[in-house]
Amino acid sequence: MKKVLTTPIKNEDLENITAGDVVYLDGYLITCRDVAHRRLIELGRELPVDLNGLAIFHAGPIVAKDDNGQWQMISIGPTTSMRMEKFEKEFIAQTGVKLIIGKGGMGADTVAGCKNHKALHAVFPGGCAVLAANGVEEIERVEWEDLGMPESLWVSRVKNFGPLIISIDTKGNNLFETNKAKFNERKKPIVEEICKQVKFIK
Amino acid sequence: MNKEQMIQSMTDTMARFTGYMGKRLPDDVMAKLRDLREQEDSYLAKVVYDSMFENQEIADKLDRPCCQDTGVIQYYLKAGAGFPLLSEVQGILRNAVMIATKAAPLRHNAVQIFEEKNTGTNTGERVPIVNWDIVPNSNSIEVEVYMAGGGCSLPGQGKTLMPGDGYEGVVKFVFDVMTSYGVNACPPLLVGIGIAGSIEVAATLSKKALFRPIGSRHHDSRGAQMELLIEEGLNKIGLGPQGVSGKNSVLGVHIESAARHPSTISVAISVGCWAHRRGTIRIHEDMSYEILSHKGVTL
Repeated sequence: MKKVLTTPIKNEDLENITAGDVVYLDGYLITCRDVAHRRLIELGRELPVDLNGLAIFHAGPIVAKDDNGQWQMISIGPTTSMRMEKFEKEFIAQTGVKLIIGKGGMGADTVAGCKNHKALHAVFPGGCAVLAANGVEEIERVEWEDLGMPESLWVSRVKNFGPLIISIDTKGNNLFETNKAKFNERKKPIVEEICKQVKFIK
Repeated sequence: MNKEQMIQSMTDTMARFTGYMGKRLPDDVMAKLRDLREQEDSYLAKVVYDSMFENQEIADKLDRPCCQDTGVIQYYLKAGAGFPLLSEVQGILRNAVMIATKAAPLRHNAVQIFEEKNTGTNTGERVPIVNWDIVPNSNSIEVEVYMAGGGCSLPGQGKTLMPGDGYEGVVKFVFDVMTSYGVNACPPLLVGIGIAGSIEVAATLSKKALFRPIGSRHHDSRGAQMELLIEEGLNKIGLGPQGVSGKNSVLGVHIESAARHPSTISVAISVGCWAHRRGTIRIHEDMSYEILSHKGVTL
C-alpha cells in the first residue's frame, strides 16, 4: 500500500517508517537550502516560516509568474543535501521540521538530529524536476526573496509528492552510509586488479 | 544577409538552442539510459529509473527544463578561422544566454564573486564561460553548449601526482572521488578524466572528455583499454541510479590526454550527471545550422 505523510506530521506518523521505504507527501513543503540554514544557525536570524511539523526541500526551483501574477512552479528538483549537514541537526532542533527532502545522503549529525527529535531525511530522485513540479498544487508565498530565485523560501502546497526514498529514519538507520560502506568495501580489490593492468611507466 | 542580420540570426539560433538543450537529453545519453534501466532488477533502482523516464516525458510534453538546475552556461567552441562573426561571437553568446534565461526559462545561476549577489541574468564576470579552439581552414563554427548542475560539479577535482604514483595513482584517485562524491552527483554519471603535465590542462581536458559521444574511445589503444577498465570497475561497485545501489554506476568513462612533464602526472576529474545536458550545433558561414547531438530537431 502507498504510504502517504500529511502535514502537520506527528512523531507517531514516523515510527513505522524505515530507511529504504518509499513514501509520498501531502501538505506543506518549503524550499530551504544553503543560505537559509546559515542565516538561522550561524547568524541567528529567525526563519520567516514556522516549520513545526512541516517538510523542507533542499531545492532551488525555476519559477515564473503567470498572466495573473501568480507564481507557477516550472521545475523543482532536489539539491545535494550533504551541503546542509553542518547545520541540519541544530536546524531540526530549532524548527521542529519533520521531513527533510533532498538528494544523496546526509551524515552522522543529521542521523542524531532525526533520532533525538523524530524526523526523517528522504531523497527525491535527482534531476526529476518536472515530475516534482507536477506535485506542487500552488505556491502560496515566497520569503527572503533577496536571496534570489534558487535560495528563496518557496512555500508550496503539494499533493502526492514523491517518490520519496527514506534515507535516514528515526531509529538511526542511514541508507546512503550503509551503501557507501558497501561501495568502499568493493573498491579495494577492483582498484588493485586494474592497477596491475595500467603499468604504462616501465 | 548583411552583418547585422547575421548577428541577429546567430543570436536567435543560439538562444533557442540553449533553451532547447536544457529540456531534452542528447540521443546517445537517452539510448544509454534505456540500456542501463533494462539491467536493473531491484525495487529502489526501478523506482528511480521509472521517475527519470517519466520526468523526461513530462518535460518534453510541457516544454520545460527537465532538471531545475540549468547550470552556469558553458560554451566550448571549435571556431573556424574563417567564420565571419569571430569578433562578435562572445557578445552573441552572452545575449543568447540572457534571452534563453527568460524564454526557456532557465534558473538564475550566476553569483558574482565577493559581491555575492545573484545577477538574475545568468551572465556575470566571465559568464557564460566561453572556451575557444580555433580550427584552421574552416568557415563554420561548432558550439558545444553545456549545462552542469551544481551537484555534478561538486565532485570536480584534480591532483598532481609524482611519476612514481604512475597511472595506478590516476586509477586510485578516480575511484576515491567516485565512491565519496559520486554518490550525490546524480548517478549514473559520465566520467571525464584529464591526464596531463599540469593541473589546469588536466582540468580542461577532463571537461572536454564529457563532450565526446558516449562510448567513444581514446585514440591510443592503451588509453581506450584504461577507459574500459575503469568503466567496468566502477560499474562493479554498483552505485546504481542516485546511489541507491544497482547494477551499474556510470554512463561511460572518457579520458583525454596531453603530453606531460617528465616530473609530473596531473589528473583531473569532471563528471556529468545522468541528465547530461550537452548540445552540439554547427553554424555555417551563411548562418544555416545543423544540430549534431539531437536528431531531427528544428529550432
